[in-house]
Amino acid sequence: MSATITAPAYRIIPIIPALKPGAMEDSKPFVANDKIQEALGFPGQLVEDWHDRAIARMGELLGKYRSLKVYMDACVHCGACSDKCHYFIGTQDPKNMPVARQDLLRSVYRRYFTLPGKFFPKLVGARDLTREVLDEWYTYFNQCSECRRCSVFCPYGIDTAEVTMAAREILDCVGYGQKYSNEIIGKVHRIGNNLGLPGPALLDTLEGLEEDVKEGTGIDVRFPLDVKGAEVLLITPSADFFAEPHIDSLIGYAKVFHATGTSWTLSSMASEAGNFGMFIGNYEQLRKIAMRIREAALELGVKRIIVGECGHAWRVAYSFWNTLTGVGDGADANDRFAMMLQKQLDHRYKQPMHICEFTWDMIEQGALSFDKEANDKHIITFHDSCNVARGSRMGNFAGGQFEIPRNIIKAVANNFVEMPSSTTREQTFCCGGGGGLLTDDLLDLRVKGALPRMEVLQQVVDEHGVNFMACICAICKAQFTKVMPIYGFDRRMIGGVHQLVSNAIRLDNK
Amino acid sequence: MVGTLFAILLYLATLLFVVGVLYRIRVYSRTPAPLKIPTTPAPINTGGVVLRMTREVLFFESLFKANLWTWGLGWLFHASLALVLLRHLRYFTEPVWSWVALIQPFGVYAGIAMLLGLAGLWVRRLFVERIRYISTPSDHLMLVLLMVIAASGLLMKFLAHTDVIAVKGFILGLMYFNWQPLPAHFGLYVHLFLVAVLLLIFPISKLLHAPGVFFSPSRNQADNPREKRHISAWAKQLDTSQLGPNDMGNAK
Ligand code: HEM
Ligand code: SF4
Ligand code: SF4
Repeated sequence: MSATITAPAYRIIPIIPALKPGAMEDSKPFVANDKIQEALGFPGQLVEDWHDRAIARMGELLGKYRSLKVYMDACVHCGACSDKCHYFIGTQDPKNMPVARQDLLRSVYRRYFTLPGKFFPKLVGARDLTREVLDEWYTYFNQCSECRRCSVFCPYGIDTAEVTMAAREILDCVGYGQKYSNEIIGKVHRIGNNLGLPGPALLDTLEGLEEDVKEGTGIDVRFPLDVKGAEVLLITPSADFFAEPHIDSLIGYAKVFHATGTSWTLSSMASEAGNFGMFIGNYEQLRKIAMRIREAALELGVKRIIVGECGHAWRVAYSFWNTLTGVGDGADANDRFAMMLQKQLDHRYKQPMHICEFTWDMIEQGALSFDKEANDKHIITFHDSCNVARGSRMGNFAGGQFEIPRNIIKAVANNFVEMPSSTTREQTFCCGGGGGLLTDDLLDLRVKGALPRMEVLQQVVDEHGVNFMACICAICKAQFTKVMPIYGFDRRMIGGVHQLVSNAIRLDNK
Repeated sequence: MVGTLFAILLYLATLLFVVGVLYRIRVYSRTPAPLKIPTTPAPINTGGVVLRMTREVLFFESLFKANLWTWGLGWLFHASLALVLLRHLRYFTEPVWSWVALIQPFGVYAGIAMLLGLAGLWVRRLFVERIRYISTPSDHLMLVLLMVIAASGLLMKFLAHTDVIAVKGFILGLMYFNWQPLPAHFGLYVHLFLVAVLLLIFPISKLLHAPGVFFSPSRNQADNPREKRHISAWAKQLDTSQLGPNDMGNAK
């Protein structure tokens, strides 16, 4: 398959592409089989009464989520979002315009839930829910990475990610699930992490890492697992345990903890920060996966929870954990569920905290020192990951999620260059592999979706000789490692912020 | 006769408009927002949210970032519409409030500007490939409806005058249930009829964007999930079911 996949040409001037209707109508991920589906409590395959069940589920979601209800009603088809999606830019398929993607669902909403749609469907673009429409949902709601770029530009903040989540939830409920995401969720429940790495193997890996670091630095940097009474519980994406370049960031976190004398631990029960429950829009799964962190924190008796470099995981942790599991602050005194954990945590610190917040705090306090020259071989740029940029925050002020990682890079390296501002910070482009699309059966889509980022990367490579793109997301790292060679870049150009920290940190002065 | 028909139509349209919009607002405000989903960077407290919303409603801030043409035309249309509506207050008040009297001349220009804005938006909808692709017939008709309302109004101002004193008498009559005749004037009939249509479709169409914007969680939530536990009623039930008998004891 991958042999036939080539990168689309860069646009000479970044003009809005002409429409190519149907360009991506054949791009579908593999459908989940009955074993995968049933493990999550979804029907094994498309149920006979899928039509009625789908409409019923849509009705329930409209009653449970104000976002969906308002977004279905409020869109004026102004088209402000229409050229903002990386998948539209890369594929030119008009159904990848955010508003057109929403309209796949909205047309059915209008038909079944609004008066004009019931009486004058043609007039308002309302459609019956047919098998073709259902297939179209499957196709195009699996071409959205839920990156929220469209919602930045919409005058009502309409977030296509919310619509995609609702559509995927409906599809799951009628037995039409996506293999990649649902299989991974099954693994988290069965084994404890997305990659299916069992506890003993994890222990082995960590011991191996200790040896590697000892060899490289001569210093005993520990990678503790399941240590009761540790101060910090680190929750990190499981890719950090063995994927390249992820593992270099894990080493970076360990060195920061070592250098600051912080007692910390990983948990074999919660050996995964990722939460694909968000991608499939299922609240119960989202919550169930997040509950592992609560349980691990209670069991290990930790005072702080810190999250490693992972974009969507940080969104879930920052924005949703307090709601889902009570990891956070500010629960009502009579909220017993949340109080159990909140009494245990140390509220002098933000709960949960991002590893970048931790490292930056330590840098500001002068607890860390660096040999910046160790990074001189790199000319670095920073790719803002969508979920961090538009679905979370760091620090005490709005926009800290942009400043803090950049501050760290500048503190540990000498050469830093920005990409054009229309592609960074809140306007950043998704890597093309987020939202549950990081699977080889969607590689063509992933390559095309990376186009806008690759274009501006090429620009800073040409103008400034950039040779390293730092980011703080496990999915970005995996996606770019795969697609950058297709665009003619070295796969080692992508890496984590803590990889740079790891290169430059001084371990001996403590 | 025609006056009576118009009286009935306008009463009905107003009633359905008010009931419909209130009903929508009720549904929006009662539908929970279970998760914190402001599009970040977002204000971290309520004061900041009020400012953000004000900027969105008054200046279409997000649209400004998205597309200058749409922003310019859209803002011209809406700002003019607002002025025109305020100008129309003179038909509903006796004596006319002084600030309403003051804006009368601007109101006339606003009518022209509104028509221009609408025409620009329609040209965009007709000729920009992407926008044409996403447009439904109702999107076009909505613009035509507003343009005809504006045009018929301007026509009465500049070409075929109607007896505005009598029109005002008719409207005040409707308000105080002391019915007066409506001047016979074709332009006026068109104008009033289409305004009634606009009121009728408002609560069941995309015009719901006006109340909707205030309820959009990605814009109206403060970014403080770590500081305050945000939980909706239906999600709260999951917590309670999670607390075993032991947990209850522990937590007390
Ligand atoms: C809170 C008040 C309102 C706000 C914040 C608001 C905002 C907006 C924005 C940002 C747009 C998209 C840009 C554009 O196409 O112009 C829009 C479109 C539109 N608005 Fe409003 N609006 C409000 C009230 C109204 C009212 C009262 C009406 C009519 C009676 C109206 C009619 C329209 C129409 C017809 C469009 C679509 C224009 C097109 O087809 O391109 N709006 N509105
Ligand atoms: S959320 Fe991202 S991927 Fe989905 S439609 Fe919007 S811009 Fe495209
Ligand atoms: S920007 Fe918002 S209102 Fe405009 S077309 Fe897109 S989703 Fe609809």
